[in-house]
Amino acid sequence: MTILIDNKAKVKESLQPKGFLRYFSFSLDHKVIGIQYLVCGFIFYLVGGTLASAIRIELISPLSDFLPRDVYNQVLTLHGTIMIFLWIVPVVNGAFGNYLIPFYVGARDMAFPRLNAVAFWLIPPSGLMLISSYFIEGAAQSGWTAYPPLSITTPQSGQIIWILSVLLLGGSSIFGGINFIVTILKLRRPGLKLMNLPMYCWAMLGTSILVVLSTPVLAGTLILLSFDIVAHTGFFNPALGGNVVVYQHLFWFYSHPAVYIMVLPAFGLVSEILPIHCRKPLFGYTTMVFSIMGIVVLGLVVWAHHMFTSGTPPWMRLFFTIATAFIAVPTGIKFFNWVATMWGGKISLNSAMLFSCGFIINFVFGGITGVALAQVPFDIHVHDTYFVVAHFHYIVYGGSVFVIFSSIYHWYPKVVGKLLNENLGYLHFALTFIGFNLCFAPQHWLGLNGMPRRVAEYDPQFQLVNQISSLGALFMAISTIPFLVNIFISIKKGAIAGNNPWNGLTPEWLTTSPPPVENWEGEAPLVREPYGYGKDYLS
Amino acid sequence: MTILNSSDEIKKRSDDQIDHHEDYRIFGLIIFLIADGMTFAGFFAAYLTYKAVNPLPQGSVYELELAIPTLNTILLLISSATFHKAGKALFNQKNDISQKWLLITASLGITFLICQLFEYFNLPFGLTDNLFASTFYALTGFHGLHVTLGTLMILIISWQTRINGGRITYKNMFPLEAVELYWHFVDGIWVILFIILYLY
Repeated sequence: MTILIDNKAKVKESLQPKGFLRYFSFSLDHKVIGIQYLVCGFIFYLVGGTLASAIRIELISPLSDFLPRDVYNQVLTLHGTIMIFLWIVPVVNGAFGNYLIPFYVGARDMAFPRLNAVAFWLIPPSGLMLISSYFIEGAAQSGWTAYPPLSITTPQSGQIIWILSVLLLGGSSIFGGINFIVTILKLRRPGLKLMNLPMYCWAMLGTSILVVLSTPVLAGTLILLSFDIVAHTGFFNPALGGNVVVYQHLFWFYSHPAVYIMVLPAFGLVSEILPIHCRKPLFGYTTMVFSIMGIVVLGLVVWAHHMFTSGTPPWMRLFFTIATAFIAVPTGIKFFNWVATMWGGKISLNSAMLFSCGFIINFVFGGITGVALAQVPFDIHVHDTYFVVAHFHYIVYGGSVFVIFSSIYHWYPKVVGKLLNENLGYLHFALTFIGFNLCFAPQHWLGLNGMPRRVAEYDPQFQLVNQISSLGALFMAISTIPFLVNIFISIKKGAIAGNNPWNGLTPEWLTTSPPPVENWEGEAPLVREPYGYGKDYLS
Repeated sequence: MTILNSSDEIKKRSDDQIDHHEDYRIFGLIIFLIADGMTFAGFFAAYLTYKAVNPLPQGSVYELELAIPTLNTILLLISSATFHKAGKALFNQKNDISQKWLLITASLGITFLICQLFEYFNLPFGLTDNLFASTFYALTGFHGLHVTLGTLMILIISWQTRINGGRITYKNMFPLEAVELYWHFVDGIWVILFIILYLY
């Protein structure tokens, strides 16, 4: 049966606003939705970054003098929730996924354009709701994990608004995941085989499988938690016969895969960026595909390594330690594939490439501390210390956020049609890389020496190292300025990019910059070798 | 630009340049139902864990009668069959028969919900009495919510299969097929729920 889903959507679209206004409309164009995700996510990144600055200012001195203790708890909860659910997850999945996937599969739009727009428009209201909870009796105070009984005993209204907002964001994420799976599996142009797809498609397929399987479990858990808060049931309340460990199991069943939801798309994006700027084919395409799928499978069965101090029995510790250590294998394969891709290549060290190299360095470091954390004796020693904070930020900031910046430098010419200023890009990279490592590397030392996380006050012996860390945070905050200046100046004054400034072979470079509404003037090109650099006609 | 123009445009564009692609909505719905099933899987896992590691305090009341839930299981299984009949009738272009089967299905769903409410009002425990009572109400309530939504959707599509002016015909069976798939899913979940909650 053939039907005409697309054509109604497109006629609707011809009635929709043109130009700048279309970014504020219920647009069905996947490219507009991708930009909406990116800009919306970046605004929340600035909010979350401001909160992070507040945390680092508070930690300059050992006493809680800048923020009261309960406000500090609210600030760190909002910082975590905003950065994860409103910045990294929507941007690495929604923004780049919506913009690039239809190009890569040779389609004119996503499979379900309306669902796509709904998925995006769930995000701004839930984000605003989350932030506004600060002004109504204070925001949630129990961290982004919302562990009971803390989340049941702290002030209720903030926690309930937090739950509602995360439920909406989870719904948005599931709708997006369904759309990506159907688009990648079913909307490929004729002749394009799965094993010819650019690597980002595989990363998004794996990510979407994780989203669809694990996000609903979080939703169910949060519904039960809201019953505990509002109706005084006892699911997770030990005082009423409940079990807090069940919450932790269900929560981490989502939230460990959530780490892969944040970092697998970043792997895919790096695999697109490296071959173009190194002029070499992506090394080990098949192993890359299998390692992504391996991470998807393993990522679903390692969640209890977050719970080694929650009274987990020895057999469970053993199983989850081994399973977690196994993840190092596919991840290591990917790392060596990226290094081998760069090896002997004609590397052009532009801003996009610099951020990708920064990603590889930071991610290896975060990966090594991750393997260390999987070992029970070590984990018990550093549990709930700054070592965990440092490890986590090396993965999500040093990993995902570096890739987001790299991707913005890489695809900005395609989206806008102008090149970004490279000198400002170098400045941005230098400030970010130095600031990031200055901020988070010392936190490993803090954690090993026993400074607990999530507290506004600490032992005076840690003051100097905390001040170094805060100095790094200052660099990171300043690094946003050259980036924003660069983005806004280049829209008007940037050099004309042309259709294919990097001489790329992946399909999005084979159309005009910016691309037309239906992606190609004629038929979609058939790209069987998206990484065929140095093989035939390009240098 | 007027509405008339745009419908002309649909006709013109569908004639030449628009890519026809197959209908992937059922595939998307299947993925959604997998996600929905994972929510239930989380609830079942929580219930079974509680049963294994959290003994009830002394004197807690937690007893379930089997009569009503067994009747409810039979009602839902029959309703799956009647829904299938409705689909077959529509495929054979007999809209009136299809509509009758849909109304029978909807009334079976409503009977299920009434029986469920009757059971709720006659149980010796309430929502916050103990852990298993809470889990019982959460599980059956979440399933009942699915049945309620399903029944409403069946009523809507049974109106849409009417002979004069209904949008659902043998040429456009997607709404009926989608609701049918959803309804079978809700039935399947009930069977698992019945086994875990009442029999196990």
